[in-house]
Amino acid sequence: MRRGRDWRPRVRAAGLALPLVAFVGVTFVAPLATMFSRSVYDAVVADALPETLALLEGWDGESVPGEDVFAAAAGELARAQEERVIGQVAGRVNRVQGGMRSIVAVTGRRLPEAPDGSWRQTLVGIEPAWAEVSTWHAVRAAGERYTTRHYLAAVDLRRLPDGSVARQEEDRRIYLRLFARTFLVSLSITALCLLFGYPLAHFLAHAPPRRAGLLLALVLVPFWTSLLVRTTSWIVLLQGQGVINDILVALGLVADDGRLALVYNMTGTFVAMTHVLLPFMVLPLYSVMRGIPRSHMDAAASLGAGPVQGFLRVYWPQTLPGVGAGSLLVFILAIGYYITPALVGGSTGQLISNMVAYHMQTSLNWGLASALGAIILACVIGLYLLYARVAGTEGVRVT
Amino acid sequence: MRALSRAERAGRTMHVAFCAAVLFFLMAPILVIVPLSFNAEPYFTFTEGMLRLDPEAWSLRWYREIATSEAWRGALVNSLVIGTAATALATFLGTLAALGLSSPHMPARRFLMGFLVSPLVTPVIISAAGMFFFYSRMGLGQTHLGLILAHAALGTPFVVITVTATLTSYNTTLNRAAASLGAGPLRTFARVQLPLIAPGVLSGALFAFATSFDEVVVVLFLGGVEQNTIPRQMWAGIREEISPAILAVATFLIVFAAALLFTVGWLRRRAAGAA
Repeated sequence: MRRGRDWRPRVRAAGLALPLVAFVGVTFVAPLATMFSRSVYDAVVADALPETLALLEGWDGESVPGEDVFAAAAGELARAQEERVIGQVAGRVNRVQGGMRSIVAVTGRRLPEAPDGSWRQTLVGIEPAWAEVSTWHAVRAAGERYTTRHYLAAVDLRRLPDGSVARQEEDRRIYLRLFARTFLVSLSITALCLLFGYPLAHFLAHAPPRRAGLLLALVLVPFWTSLLVRTTSWIVLLQGQGVINDILVALGLVADDGRLALVYNMTGTFVAMTHVLLPFMVLPLYSVMRGIPRSHMDAAASLGAGPVQGFLRVYWPQTLPGVGAGSLLVFILAIGYYITPALVGGSTGQLISNMVAYHMQTSLNWGLASALGAIILACVIGLYLLYARVAGTEGVRVT
Repeated sequence: MRALSRAERAGRTMHVAFCAAVLFFLMAPILVIVPLSFNAEPYFTFTEGMLRLDPEAWSLRWYREIATSEAWRGALVNSLVIGTAATALATFLGTLAALGLSSPHMPARRFLMGFLVSPLVTPVIISAAGMFFFYSRMGLGQTHLGLILAHAALGTPFVVITVTATLTSYNTTLNRAAASLGAGPLRTFARVQLPLIAPGVLSGALFAFATSFDEVVVVLFLGGVEQNTIPRQMWAGIREEISPAILAVATFLIVFAAALLFTVGWLRRRAAGAA
């Protein structure tokens, strides 16, 4: 009987939460897991060229492989051509070594039914590159099912034919710089939001209730307004023929033919993101500051502290949880931001998330997109755990 | 109360001025959209006629355009269908889970809470990429159902958070009182608990709806032509040919946001009154 009392409420509570846990598991966490598996697993080449790859296992890697490898490759490339997967295979090998796309594709197209002499002569006749050792290294590397290649690529590294890891060539190093840029931009936006948000939150928290409620609405309306609407507003305001440039021209501060480029560059990303994220700083600060009684500052004053000293020694330390929560929240949101930079960032105002979208939609390098996504997600989860310690999970304020 | 020194008064004036400037920065971009949506010309700035308040320069042209456009009407229908279905699903599952999470007997509470709010903190581009792989494999790519499930997943954290917050001020002796009067658990929930936590459930539902109604990235990745929603139509409009018709839609969305904000505020005051 006692044991029954112990577990029944637990089962009931767990039973109530179970449907949602299952739902979020299937509709949200499983997709993320799929993405993660994409970043380390790719079987396209392995499935298309199984025999060739098996034979390459025993290859010394120093001289051009033997006729058996050429024969297997010819047969399997012909089949890939027939099954229309040759394009995918070519793309995969190309990511290991530039220029391989056309070599594989052309070979697939021109392969005859029977060899012209040996298969080796036939393949080299179509594309001389088959007589080079590096070509076969590329095929072998692309054939690995489990690979760290995408993660290496995501941090501007690559694997050399001998298996060692080296930095990407100078002109192909883009991601580390983009990560650094995203990090710096997020940090600057967080600082700006704190600079703008702290005095405002202080003012709202200590204003008479009626006025505070009214002014708080001025923070909440932008917060609730569609992100696309807010981004559109900034395009309207900042563009060459837009409102701000028109005002500057009318005031004679800027020549009509020298209008400022305020949007479709980093300036646009910066301004619009600060605007979008500012309420996320103001709201946590506001709720912390409201809990600080006025009497604390009065007490500090009565003990002889000037306003500056009273603020620094009494008020500021008490707002630190709000500062921490607001800053982490803004930083977390900024680091994964996609929509605003995509619309107002032009080519110079893009952040790392835009690279994920680029590889998902344009280059179709889904493995690399997944690896970049997994790295961003790891950063966000780490920061979120920190945030949960500062603010508690219930501290995710939404109003 | 001490008399304020001159320096303090100057400091206070500067503080107020600074806050006014920040509030202006927050609100002005939103307010500027509204008059511009009545522009008679296809420009995104105030024409001279508008500034002279010439009635010729102002018109409802862009409102007529969206009212008669098939594309915008279809987008509105899709947004409403997907938003409503996703909200219903999220609210049902979220409220149930919040009831479990608020129980003092809930095992692994903190972990589960973190798990359930994960859709809120994951950058949306990453959620969208993962969903693209997974939903297409399940045959849910380019379907309404796929988007409904995806948007429901993104909306559930809001329901869980608002309902658990409301439940912290719920007096559980009411449940025991109902039980002692002979009501079963279901009846107790429906007749006693639900009416009292309804404001929290409704705010959660409104958040979930607002999330779906403004969501564009998942729609871009998962949706096909048949799943064109208002945000997607706006996205296309901003990227391709930005016409003032977008400003008319934006004006509607601003009014919608203000109405939503007002409703949630009213619900919150009601919940506070009930507790």
